[in-house]
This record gives sequence, C-alpha cells and structure tokens, in this order.
Amino acid sequence: MSEIEWRNTLDFGGNLITVRGARGIGFDEQAEITAGDAATRLGQTLATSDTEVVVQVFEGTRGLTRESAAVRFLGRVPDMVVSEALLGRVFDGLGRPRDGGPPILGHRREPLRGVPINPVAREYPREFIQTGISSIDLLNSLVRGQKLPIFTGSGLPHQRLLSQILRQARLLEASAPFAVIFVAMGISHTDARFFHDAFRDEGVMERVSMFLNLADDPTMACLAAPRAGLTAAEHLAFEQDYHVLVILTDMTNYATALREIATARDEVPARKGYPGYLYSDLAEIYERAGRVQGRGGSITLIPVVTLPNGDITHPVPDLTGYITEGQLVLSRDLHSRGVVPPVDVLPSLSRLMKDGIGPTHTRDDHANLANQLYAAYAEGRRIRDLATVVGEADLAGVDKLYLKFADAFEERFIAQGSSEERSVLQSLELGWSLLELLPVDELSRVTEEQISTYGRRPRQEQEHDG
Amino acid sequence: MTQIDPLERGIVLRVAGPLITARLPGAVMGSQAAVGRDGIVGEIIRLDDEVATFQMYETTELVRPGDPVTSSGQLLSVELGPGLLGQVFDGIQRPLKAIREETGVRIRRGMLLPALGRERQWPFVPGLDVGTRISGGEILGTIQETELLEHRVLVPPDLDGELIDIVPPGDYTVDSVVARVRRNGTVHPLHLFHRWPVRLERPSGERYLPHVPLITGQRVLDMLFPLAKGGAAAVPGPFGAGKTIVQHQVARWCDAQVIVFVGCGERGNEMVDLLEQFEALTDPHTSRPLLERSVLIANTSNMPVTAREASIYTGITVSEYFRDQGYHVALIVDSTSRWAEALREVAGRLEELPAEEGYPAYLGSQLAAFYERAGHVRTLGGDDGSVTAIGSVSPPGGDFSEPVTRHSESVVGTFWALSKPLADARHYPAIDWEDSFSGYAERISEWWEEEFREHWSAARASMLRLLQESSHESQLLEHWSALPRGALGLLREADELKRIASIIGPAALSDRQRWTYFVAGLVKEGFLQQNALDPVDTFCSPEKQMLLGALIIGAYHRGQQLIARGVPCAALLKLSSLRRLKSARTAVPNDRPDLLERLREDLDQQLTEAADAHASVHADQ
Ligand SMILES: Nc1ncnc2c1ncn2[C@@H]1O[C@H](COP(=O)(O)OP(=O)(O)O)[C@@H](O)[C@H]1O
Ligand SMILES: [Mg+2]
Repeated sequence: MSEIEWRNTLDFGGNLITVRGARGIGFDEQAEITAGDAATRLGQTLATSDTEVVVQVFEGTRGLTRESAAVRFLGRVPDMVVSEALLGRVFDGLGRPRDGGPPILGHRREPLRGVPINPVAREYPREFIQTGISSIDLLNSLVRGQKLPIFTGSGLPHQRLLSQILRQARLLEASAPFAVIFVAMGISHTDARFFHDAFRDEGVMERVSMFLNLADDPTMACLAAPRAGLTAAEHLAFEQDYHVLVILTDMTNYATALREIATARDEVPARKGYPGYLYSDLAEIYERAGRVQGRGGSITLIPVVTLPNGDITHPVPDLTGYITEGQLVLSRDLHSRGVVPPVDVLPSLSRLMKDGIGPTHTRDDHANLANQLYAAYAEGRRIRDLATVVGEADLAGVDKLYLKFADAFEERFIAQGSSEERSVLQSLELGWSLLELLPVDELSRVTEEQISTYGRRPRQEQEHDG
Repeated sequence: MTQIDPLERGIVLRVAGPLITARLPGAVMGSQAAVGRDGIVGEIIRLDDEVATFQMYETTELVRPGDPVTSSGQLLSVELGPGLLGQVFDGIQRPLKAIREETGVRIRRGMLLPALGRERQWPFVPGLDVGTRISGGEILGTIQETELLEHRVLVPPDLDGELIDIVPPGDYTVDSVVARVRRNGTVHPLHLFHRWPVRLERPSGERYLPHVPLITGQRVLDMLFPLAKGGAAAVPGPFGAGKTIVQHQVARWCDAQVIVFVGCGERGNEMVDLLEQFEALTDPHTSRPLLERSVLIANTSNMPVTAREASIYTGITVSEYFRDQGYHVALIVDSTSRWAEALREVAGRLEELPAEEGYPAYLGSQLAAFYERAGHVRTLGGDDGSVTAIGSVSPPGGDFSEPVTRHSESVVGTFWALSKPLADARHYPAIDWEDSFSGYAERISEWWEEEFREHWSAARASMLRLLQESSHESQLLEHWSALPRGALGLLREADELKRIASIIGPAALSDRQRWTYFVAGLVKEGFLQQNALDPVDTFCSPEKQMLLGALIIGAYHRGQQLIARGVPCAALLKLSSLRRLKSARTAVPNDRPDLLERLREDLDQQLTEAADAHASVHADQ
C-alpha cells in the first residue's frame, strides 16, 4: 500500500476524479478520498496509465474541492472483511456498518467482485426446498443453490410473496445453519422497513445481514451493494457451511444505476440505453449463487425484478431470465381478479426442478402431474381467450370443462392465504383433485397407473358412468 | 493454451478493463502475450508502431503501468493431441480439472497449466515407415485414447518431407519426440501433439455438399428439419424456450463420433449437468461413458468475457482436428450471442464505429466465417470427416430481427426456431414449424432411402410389411421426404383451421376439418413433442420415428376416406387405439417396433369396425 497522498492534481467530473501525475497504480485498485473532516469516501480505479489515473468514487464527487481533497491508493481491490459477525447487522452498499454498531473486525478480506467459481468445481443443485406455496412447490420447484428471480410490476404483492417464502421455506429449518442476506437497491425506506420488521417479528434477525442502498443513497454504491452482499454470502456458505438465502431487491434499480453511470462515461449503449456489458455484469452477480463440491453450504438467490411497463422483453428481465435458472412471474391480470399470490405459471419456470423432484425428493408422480396441470391450464387459458370471441355458449362441451378447470385452478390452486402453508403432498393432492374436472381421456401427460394410484376412480367406472 | 517462450519484452503503458496497451518493439499482430507479475494471458489485437493493444483473457485487477510484458510472437494457439477427450477447458484451452486441483474451487488467474497433461504416457503405435515421403495431415500412428475413440496422431498440416526417424511401438508422453522429418535439409521433430492457431481454419481436401443426415434421435429435428453432417444449424429462441435442452439432447444422442460442446457465456450449472450426463450415459455399443468421446469448453458467463470471444474458435479448431483424423464431429455452441456480445464489448472499448445495436460492422462476416469452417470434407490424409456446427442464438427480447439472429439465419442450412408460446404451453421441443427450415432435406432423403434400410434389417422387415399392406403408406415411405411434408401440410392446415375456429366458432367446422384438426393435435402431442426427461422418449430411433410417423399419417388418410364415405368424425374420435397412438412415444421402447406394429393392426381393425358400423346403420335405414 502506498503512503502517497495525491492532492492538487485532481480534476473532478461526475463520479470521476482524474489524478494527474499518479503512476504505478493498479487497475481496479481501491482508493480512499479524504476531504477535511468529511467522511472518507471510497473509490476504485477505472483506468490507469503512466501519466494519470481515473478514479470512480462510490459516493460521488459532490462537495469535493481541489484544495481539500486527497486521494490515497490502498494497493488492493475493493473488498470487505468477512466473518460470521456480519450476521445480525445492517450495512451500507459498500459493506460499512449503517446500524451504528462497531466495524466488523477480522483478518479475512475478500474482494467485493468475487472470483469466478471453476465450473468443474460446482455441485449440481438438487435439494428440494418446500416453500409451502403450491404454485412454486408443485410447478416451479425451488432447490438449494438455485437462482430464481421474481418478475413483478409496480403495485404487485411481491413483498408479501417474499415474506411468505422467508417464513415458510424449509431452508430455514433449525437443524441446518441458515442465514439470510438481504440487499436493498434503490428501494424506499418504507420498503426496507417492511423487511426489517418481518425479520424482527419472525425472531430471525440475528441470522440476517442487510445491505442497504436506498433510493436516496449514492448511485455508484448501488453497484457495490449486491456484490458486498454476495461476498458475505459466499463466506457464510462456502467457508462456514451455512445455507444462505440471498434476496436482491430491486435489480431494475440496479440496472438503472449502471445505465446512469455508463451514460455519464459516454459509453456506446446497446439496447434502451443500457451498456452492452449489462449481461456480463448481471451474470457476475447471479452466477455467484450455487453449491460447490466439498462444502456443506449453498447460496440460493432470489432477485426481484420490476418489469418496466410490465414488459418482460425489457433488457433487465430479459437478460436476467437468460442468466437465472427460471423465473416466477407475477401477473397484473391475476392480481386484479383477486388471485393472491398472482403467480402466472405459464411464463414461470424452474429449470432446476427436474432434478429436485421425484421419488427421492417429493413423489414419483410430481413431474407428470405438473406437466398435466400446465398443459390443461394452458388449454383452459386458450379457450378463455376463444370464449371472449365466440361466446361461452358456443364452446364445445370439453372446452367448457377446460374453462371451468382454468377458473378453479386459479381460485383453489394458485390463490393461497399468506399464512396458509401447504405441504408438497397437500399440493399434489390438490392438483389431482382439480384434474377431476376434466374427462380422463384428456389426461395424456399422466400415466394410467398414476391416475389409478393418485387420481380419481379407475377409468372403467368413469366410462360406465358416462 | 500454449505456454510462452518470450521473444519480445516490453512494459505496460495503460490498463482499462480487459484492454492493456504496452510498448513492445517487434510485436506480432495476433500473438500471445503474458502481462504483469502473475503472467496473465492476452492476445495482441491492435498494433501501432511499437505500441501494442492486448485483449486480456483474465482479469486485469491491480495490473500497473510499468509492469513487464512478454510475447512469444506465436499466434493464439491450442494444443492438439491425445488427452483432449473427457477434458473441460476454458475459452483459451486451460484445463479446468487440473486447475481445480491446483487452486481449489475458484479460478485464480495466471494459472498456466498446459492443456495436455505432460505426465501421462500414451500407447503409441507408429503407422509409417522410415524413408516415406510424408505430407501434412497424414496419420503418423495411432493411440487407443479411450475405448470409444482411436486417436490418430497427425503430421501437422503445414509440414511435409521425408520421414527419417520414427519410434517403435511403446508408451510416450505427448511432448516426447516420436518422429523426425527432413524438409529442405532442415530436420523437424514431431511430437504426439502439435499446435494450431485458433483463428486459422485447418486445411482439408475436397469439400462435399453435406448429404448424410446427422441423426439426433429427436423426431421433430430428424423428420421435419434435418441437419446434415458437415452442415450448420442455428437455434434461436428467447430464454426458457429450450435452446440448451435441444443442444444437450443433440450432444447426448447424435450419431457423431466426437462431440465438442462450447458453453459460451452461459450457466456454470449447465456445464456440470452436461458433464454428469456424459459420465452417466453410456455408448450402447461399448457401454463406455459418453465423456470418452467428448470435449467440453466452458467459458461461463461469469468468466472473463474476452476468453468467451476466443472460446468458439478454440472449439472449432479442436473439432477440425478430430475431423482431420477422419471422424464426424458435432460442434455445439451455447450461445453464439454471448460470443457476439464479447466481440461488441471489445469493439466498444477500442472505440470502433458501431453498426447495429452497438455491434461492430464486421459481426456478419465473422459469424459467416465461423460457420464456414463447418463442412464435410476429404481430409488431407484421404479420409472422410466432418464438422457439424450448431449454435444457439439468444435474441434480446426474443426478437428475431436483431443482428445475430438475422446474420445466423442467412448463413446456416438449418434453422431451429424456438417459440415462446409453444414453450409456455409446455410443447417441447418448442420448434416452430412455421419459422424453422432445413436446406438439407432434399439431399439427405436419398440417404434415408438407400443406406439406412440396408443397415437396419429389423426396421426394414417391419417397414416392408407396412409397405405391402397399405398402398398409401408405401407411397409415403418410398420418399422419406414426403412424410415430413405431409406432417407439415397438416400442421399448416390446422393452424388455419384454428384461426377460422376462433372467428366463427369450432362448431362450424366440417367433419373433415375436425378430423384434420384432431390429427394435427395427434401429430403435435404424439409425435412432435418429445420429453427430454422421459427415459423412453428422450431418444427416438430412426426406425421408431418412421413407424410412428407413418402410423399417424396413415390413420389420417384412412380417416379422411371414411369421412368422405359419410362416417361421422365423432365415431372416429372415440377409438381407443387413437389414444394409445398419442402416448406411444413414451409407452413404446425403441427396441419394440412390434408394439407399434400391433397398434397399427388394432387401429386398422377399429377403423374398419367404425366403417362397418356406419354402413350397417345405413343399410338398416
Ligand atoms: N424437450 C424437453 N423436454 C422436457 N423439458 C424441456 C424440453 N425442452 C425444454 N424443456 C424445459 O424448458 C426449460 C428451459 O429450457 P432451456 O433449454 O434451458 O431453455 P433456454 O436455453 O432456451 O433458455 C428446461 O429447464 C426444461 O424444464
Ligand atoms: Mg440456455
């Protein structure tokens, strides 16, 4: 670390300080900016040459003057101290205490940006997490180490869904050490408060660590917040064997911050003004979830993405969906019809479901039943659209049944009270009971044996009835 | 990846992200360099007098102006020899399994392990005699590398001369000198491996028009939109539409002899999934794990973006190397869009003028040049070999009019367009029959007719029986290409009917139309859909494909005839064998064509009964 302080040769512009004459400074090197009595700011080098160094300041350069400001380079990349003591605390986006408590002490510093996991060292995630929510457990199962975002819209109750997951997820079983890392980006104080209180009410606050970069905090630090949270999570999961659930809310705000900074730097934009590296930048965050061989812990990641204007093709949800292992999509239409949680299962997906369910995890009929419910609901929705054109009365008999099925599916299966916890077996039963609304001949995704074991009365009886 | 023998030395002037400029007198454009105390790897992409610009393949954290730079003057190259199979490399061919042993679960930078292990001894059997005049690409000798593959050690393509020395059969490491060649008075040592620059196509002999199908065991691909060995295919689709599963399925089941799979900027877990599948799945003939015929290149989305740019070239160079040994290779890249984005990122940092959506103007030509390296060739050694290239495309927002999809569409022969509505309705593989195409169907149909049946006596027997008994089906089977055309026509008609139905109501359809609509549903559910997770359905033998297809199309025509004779559609829809036909794809194993045969008999009988019942009702009246 260099003891040299650079002053008087500084130029300021936006979040950037150019240090003329500085030499031998590393790329990405951490910098401390002091200015009289004001709090120390943190920065990192964006470009370094033999004549000048450009430093990006997390807290911005507002209020700095040529006379008072001094820059010192620390000889290391932006990092933070990691330890179990991070739990039960509240930090800012750069990992500095924000709860008035003491600084975290320790010898282990880890870079905020993380170091890529060697793909061959990953352990494929397979352990089913029961959330007690039918639309997730049965149709979009979550497994330990998965990254599964919630796509929501303004005014939709994703907070309620999240807190239900936090409360009910069997991840939080007392037997396994668990931790929650909550990262807030650009959300309001009220929203942050909601989660804080939820953790407190559940009595789990000592297992939670919060990284808050709220709407009125510096934009640049917003970029550091998810990285700080994940650096903490990696330590807990892969060094201390915790099962960690990381919540990142809201990634749309994060991307807006990234765009703002890229635009200020005059970078060539790709789509909708976002920089071309948005995909890689998001991947650098999301890919930190997972499991690794030989370590007991896991990082399960639930980012929240607000769809701007409800548009799923907007770059932020789009690129998120390209990186994460599925998505849970909340629907304004369901919400307006009073279906809560308004999970639209058709565009929702869990890519890791295939290995997390079945006889060893849940039950042998799970995959087929899920397929059947999907297919039937998709057909019901198609017919519902058709009915708006031709009128319900003109529908063929079986089409009317599909319509009934779709309604019942939304009312009885998707809709669920915020404290109603259904075991996966209960959800399976519920699924089978809904299928009774359809003629047995229509059930082409489940086997005859499954129908007779788990489903209704055997086929013969039915046919005799009919 | 090749280790560097420094020829030129210089110092770093500037570092900004993955780009470093350095003063480096004597630098060679395109050559490899090592930078800083860690010796991180890069490639010279711009040269301005003595100032070279590198794109670095590892993070440049804490690299400082003044740090040392060395370059070998060698172009970015890969090592080609025994030891590739079963390995997982990063985008510049660093061995990830060996790196895991060295540095634990995370990739520390500056790890310069050779791609091919130097310790392992390989049983080499020389194949040429001293004194022979040899030329580039000839087979110098062989090594049984795995039970699935004999490795043919090649004379480097750019070398010829007189063989003045070759070792006796025995065990040798890859870097031992196994032969010497004299050319124009200079003696060149040959090892079990050689190096080749990734951005240079390996030379070959004559190029053939692709005419042999690449059998994938996926019905909709093989029957409707086939790919030929040596051809190129693009798989565009929005996220979640099933691009990766389609590519994994092809990697698992296709009849290429070597699989090179490049995970280019995609998920780490998917590479683990594939690796585990390759370890668990065995070749039906030898019972050896498929990993023994595979090379994985994993430059996942969180790994350096510049190495992602290089990864597809590493992949295709390794593929060409196996092609040159006389093998059929399938090169699968997931996803070419991530490659294009890496290209865009570097172009942007070089402040090149952007064309569409920020991509450099040369995106199209680079993409074309890449797919151009696919082909079915006569190798320099006189054998038959091919590289089939299959690249997924991840269009932003699922919009196929974006540059990468458009450029890909114009250069590939097969286009497997994945549709979000189909995927949302869980119709997998979500191959859209309107937007997809295959330019190889014509040329490969001959192969299905001629060669295939010869090799498949069982299939032939049951097919012949089918042929004799039903004249209509025999016409279908005579020309394989007629079958997909029949199915496609049916689907188009059904789409049209669906449109009509949604305007005037389904009740207004005639019986004939309802039957078409029903059978199209059967084609979709019973034939086109294929569950990758179902133990039976995951792979469908060509024989089963033919039988199942012919059964459905046959039933369709029989039904049309009966309806024309006045049999009501409703009577047909009741038939229980139609229900069985719908689930035959999962219920009938590949080795039980007799069950399909029985199903056909039952169906015939039930159709006849329906016709008789109708006739007798009419007779009564
Ligand atoms: N042939 C198939 N059989 C069963 N499931 C499939 C099939 N194809 C796709 N899927 C489902 O779709 C999901 C997404 O597929 P994937 O190939 O990962 O999409 P993409 O690569 O286009 O984002 C998978 O996780 C799986 O659940
Ligand atoms: Mg994919």
